[in-house]
Amino acid sequence: MSRIIELFHHTFIQRAFLACALIGFTNGFLSAFIVLRRLALMADALSHALLPGVAVGIILFGFAPISLFIGAVTAALMVGLGAEVISRSSRVKEETALAILYTVAFSAGIIFLQFAPVRVDIDHYLFGNILGVSNSDLWLTYGISFITIATLVLLQRPLFLMLFDQSVAATQGVNVRALNYLLVTLLVLAMISSLQAVGVILALGLLVAPAATVYLLSDSCTALFWGGGFLGLFGSCAGLGLSLWLNLPAGACIVLFLGLMFCLAYIFSPRYGLLKHFIKRGHYHKESLARWKTE
Amino acid sequence: MSIHHLRINDLTVSYNRVPALHHINLEIGCGHCVALLGPNGAGKTTFFKTVVGLLKPDSGSVTFHEHQTGRNLGDVAYLPQRENVDWDFPITVRGLVEMGCYLRLSWWRKFSDADHSNVESALKAMHLEDLADRQISALSGGQQQRAFLARALAQKAHIFLFDEPFAGLDKFSQESLGQTIKEIAQKGNLVIASHHDLKNVPDFFDQVIFLNGELIAYGDTTSVFNAENIAQTFSTSVFSGVTV
Repeated sequence: MSRIIELFHHTFIQRAFLACALIGFTNGFLSAFIVLRRLALMADALSHALLPGVAVGIILFGFAPISLFIGAVTAALMVGLGAEVISRSSRVKEETALAILYTVAFSAGIIFLQFAPVRVDIDHYLFGNILGVSNSDLWLTYGISFITIATLVLLQRPLFLMLFDQSVAATQGVNVRALNYLLVTLLVLAMISSLQAVGVILALGLLVAPAATVYLLSDSCTALFWGGGFLGLFGSCAGLGLSLWLNLPAGACIVLFLGLMFCLAYIFSPRYGLLKHFIKRGHYHKESLARWKTE
Repeated sequence: MSIHHLRINDLTVSYNRVPALHHINLEIGCGHCVALLGPNGAGKTTFFKTVVGLLKPDSGSVTFHEHQTGRNLGDVAYLPQRENVDWDFPITVRGLVEMGCYLRLSWWRKFSDADHSNVESALKAMHLEDLADRQISALSGGQQQRAFLARALAQKAHIFLFDEPFAGLDKFSQESLGQTIKEIAQKGNLVIASHHDLKNVPDFFDQVIFLNGELIAYGDTTSVFNAENIAQTFSTSVFSGVTV
């Protein structure tokens, strides 16, 4: 423990914890919307789809965060919108179109990276490097966190209506299509924000696990939003602390820690846990039970 | 008190050039409980979706208070089929009813005392006060339908479009829900519900629309709910079924 406290004196460790807290909270908050809108598969697809954009960004403008940002947004939007265009203009369903496009995009990204002026390690894209977070990465994370949280809080009611029932939301004046696009855009932003820290594959864990855990514990949407955020923050920082303590990869530790919390909720949740089905519970109506026993 | 009318004028709606509703003309006064009857594919859900503004008609119009219903948000409440609702959604009955107020509030304005009392009176009207803090999946089928009705009441809707409200309910729940929607209609609202069980139509509804792609008949249950109209509605081949 004293080693971790000692490590805290280093600026790069402070930056890593700050980035973890911001990314953990933002992705955790967003995860409620991903889980309720059932966008986990879309998030998985987009995590791969960013690669060609990142590769083209590196080739054209080098490693600057803004070039990665523009490249990733462009690639993700092309894949996301492309899937919608194909599904609307043919009999191929959206998830099929998405699967084709993101695998093609990922393959293109691997080829593009061969032409990068510097050697780019694909592992870095997939799993990130939290200890290598720079000040400019941190500023990008600040910006994305602010935009994401502010948008989700301000539009909480229409989003809430849309997540519950899209057709009824439309009858109440909600622009369902625009909100769907907005959610996907925020998802892409969160992915980009996580790119340097935990990589896109592990960002997926941060974008699903926190809300999925709270979903097993609570029946309140508000608890899902804020609980997901704080669980993401806590899980990220605890995972990073564990990784420093045990000298293991940070991104993997963060997601493993979140996975462990999900498993605990899955097993022990008082309302929806696995154990609940095996533990014999008292009768709901004690009076009727007493009456039944006396008869 | 003057009676408001839902006016449907020469309404035609189609999917990919195949018409689902043809030149429907109707004028339905508020204060009635109307059954929408027709076989599968007759256009009942299309009818609801057009009235509520989710589908754009090819021709014709649907007006209430002289305004297109799709643009006059709030007047019309659409209650979807139970099977289309995600009952695991983390929301309580009170939360669901509060959603009905969102339309009148701006997206960020806090609930006022009047809004809270509006929610409470909707819950009370549907006898859901004791169940207000329950998650929606922990309700019976009839209670779930009443929860959606409470949401529509909180929305202060005048037209209630109900997609198969009695499906999957036992006899007692059907009678209870039937009584509830009658009471809503008696307060000057218009309730239109798609319905399949012809046996209990006269028990729950005072007017009937027979629909099968086109309007077969509309009127008081006592006068139009007869064997001839039933046979005509359920035997007419649906125009939308033609190969194009």
